[in-house]
Amino acid sequence: MREEIFKVTANDVLTDNVFRLRLEGCTEGIRPGQFVNIAVDGSFLRRPVSVCDVSENELTLIIKTVGKGTGWLSNLLPGDYLDILTGLGNGYDVTSSGDKPLLIGGGVGTPPLYLLAKRLIEEGKSVRVLLGFNCADEVFYEGEFEELGCEVTVTTVDGSYGEKGYPTMYLPEDYSYYYTCGPLPLLKAVYDTASSEGEFSFEERMGCGFGACMGCTKKTKKGYKRVCKDGPVFRKEELIWED
Amino acid sequence: MGRLSVSLCGIELDNPVIPASGTFGYGCEFAELYDINCLGTFSFKGTTREARYGNPTPRIAECTEGMLNSVGLQNPGVDAVINDELPRLKKCFSKPVMANVSGFSVEDYAYTCAKLDGEEQVGWLEVNVSCPNVHGGGMSFGTNPAAAAEVTRAVKAVTTKPVIIKLSPNVTDIVEIAKACEDAGADGISLINTLLGMRIDLKTKKPVLANRMGGFSGPAVFPVALRMVYQVACAVKIPVVGMGGVSSAEDVIEMMLAGATAVEIGAKNLVDPFASRDIISALPETMNKYGIENLRDIIGGAIDG
Ligand SMILES: Cc1cc2nc3c(=O)[nH]c(=O)nc-3n(C[C@H](O)[C@H](O)[C@H](O)COP(=O)(O)OP(=O)(O)OC[C@H]3O[C@@H](n4cnc5c(N)ncnc54)[C@H](O)[C@@H]3O)c2cc1C
Ligand SMILES: Cc1cc2nc3c(=O)[nH]c(=O)nc-3n(C[C@H](O)[C@H](O)[C@H](O)COP(=O)(O)O)c2cc1C
Ligand code: FES
Repeated sequence: MREEIFKVTANDVLTDNVFRLRLEGCTEGIRPGQFVNIAVDGSFLRRPVSVCDVSENELTLIIKTVGKGTGWLSNLLPGDYLDILTGLGNGYDVTSSGDKPLLIGGGVGTPPLYLLAKRLIEEGKSVRVLLGFNCADEVFYEGEFEELGCEVTVTTVDGSYGEKGYPTMYLPEDYSYYYTCGPLPLLKAVYDTASSEGEFSFEERMGCGFGACMGCTKKTKKGYKRVCKDGPVFRKEELIWED
Repeated sequence: MGRLSVSLCGIELDNPVIPASGTFGYGCEFAELYDINCLGTFSFKGTTREARYGNPTPRIAECTEGMLNSVGLQNPGVDAVINDELPRLKKCFSKPVMANVSGFSVEDYAYTCAKLDGEEQVGWLEVNVSCPNVHGGGMSFGTNPAAAAEVTRAVKAVTTKPVIIKLSPNVTDIVEIAKACEDAGADGISLINTLLGMRIDLKTKKPVLANRMGGFSGPAVFPVALRMVYQVACAVKIPVVGMGGVSSAEDVIEMMLAGATAVEIGAKNLVDPFASRDIISALPETMNKYGIENLRDIIGGAIDG
């Protein structure tokens, strides 16, 4: 973990309530599937957000406006500064992917899969991506994944764009491993239907985001884990679903 | 002796700043960030006889200038703390540590404290009496002077280390409870633990915390905490450790003027992991600004007579 100051270089509208921040600053050591924790004005706690992309001096985040903190972030302008804790969490294990990894994202669970796809493509893997949204207006990043060289399928619940239904209705025949991030019902559906081994990224309300407060515990087959430090990514074989 | 040093129950501290229990784990997350030997000491996560999972999630809720937590004393249990955490701590922290202990019966407290008494690195036992007494209808030990005194006596009987009783603010008369602990042999008093609070999510119309209620802490509680520290410091002769909402060097000085010998920092560490270190480095300059030569000279400075 590092505490860094980032400068906003762009704030782009992606959909009605989803925006993309491009931030300039030190991105050393950031891995796919990790998250950052952002100090926001007027709120005591920081806001956890997944890393969508990094390059040498640029961090990209994609955020949905849901409340006070994300609302404040959505109004940032180029030239504004942010205090961010970076390099949080374990991240995806890129080495488990096999040759034909499948990436399954739902809504704002899509962003962390982007950096992962980039790394997998760099390693010569053939990457398939399934992105699920509610309707055509909510779809984002289809083209960006295609530009990386992924084979992309988009689903919408109402069928207004791409395939109608949920991503798990369109699992390909043949894939070596999967990585998924999105709302809990999607994660559960992937757990129940996907045939290979895979990894899941979870969310939890966080106090610190770096393992100090025990605020974000999750029960797994390997004992109680902190989503922020031992996660947010967990392997299929560790998971216990209780509801 | 430096300008910042104070003595807490006979043990010298380089400075009065102590990260509070539950906000600093067992030290190692922070030792990855900075050399934690700059601290006066720190109070480790509330430790119980057996391992505890704690409450269901969500356990955290945001509030204006503060937070609620319903962690529920998740910890690996005293044996794992002694076998795993303390040996790891020894590698990155060379000072005596404050061992925070919780229990659900008088025997629990005595058992856990007796085990920790055997650990060389433990300097003080900080006994959290905010827990429910399973044999006493679930009422917290800390809400009843007789129960708090009974825990104090039981712990004093099994250790030669200084015993600091950590009080709950969720009581009508905190002074009465502090005095009962002093009379029962406590070497110090620390306060405040979290204030019982609640938040409701307007979207779901249900409590944010799975446990419905939780402990409120952070900058918003500072005036309440300061008032209680002052009241207790006026009434007892043993040292008082002040905490609740402390987030700057100014707050540390204010707590000491109210009667605190040392000052713990809780929630602030969670949102600013370098807070305790930065507060220590800001102390000398802040002391200069207010004409303070030595911190130990200002303890209780705001108390008349
Ligand atoms: C590891 C991780 C990665 C995430 N990545 C992204 C991302 O890439 N893009 C994105 O849009 N969102 C992401 N989220 C969700 C994001 O953190 C929340 O939407 C955000 O904290 C809401 O803040 P708010 O002030 O707008 O909402 P409010 O509802 O006003 O927030 C109140 C409190 O609840 C917390 N909270 C609310 N919703 C969530 C949630 N879903 N998860 C955790 N805490 C929550 C807030 O942090 C705050 O402390 C991620 C969450 C986690 C845990
Ligand atoms: C996440 C969290 C966990 C805590 N766990 C403990 C604990 O295990 N034992 C204890 O005595 N106090 C615990 N506390 C209380 C703090 O040590 C402190 O008394 C309180 O938070 C007030 O200080 P603050 O306002 O600076 O946070 C906890 C507080 C927080 C925020
Ligand atoms: S949020 Fe504090 S331990 Fe995970």
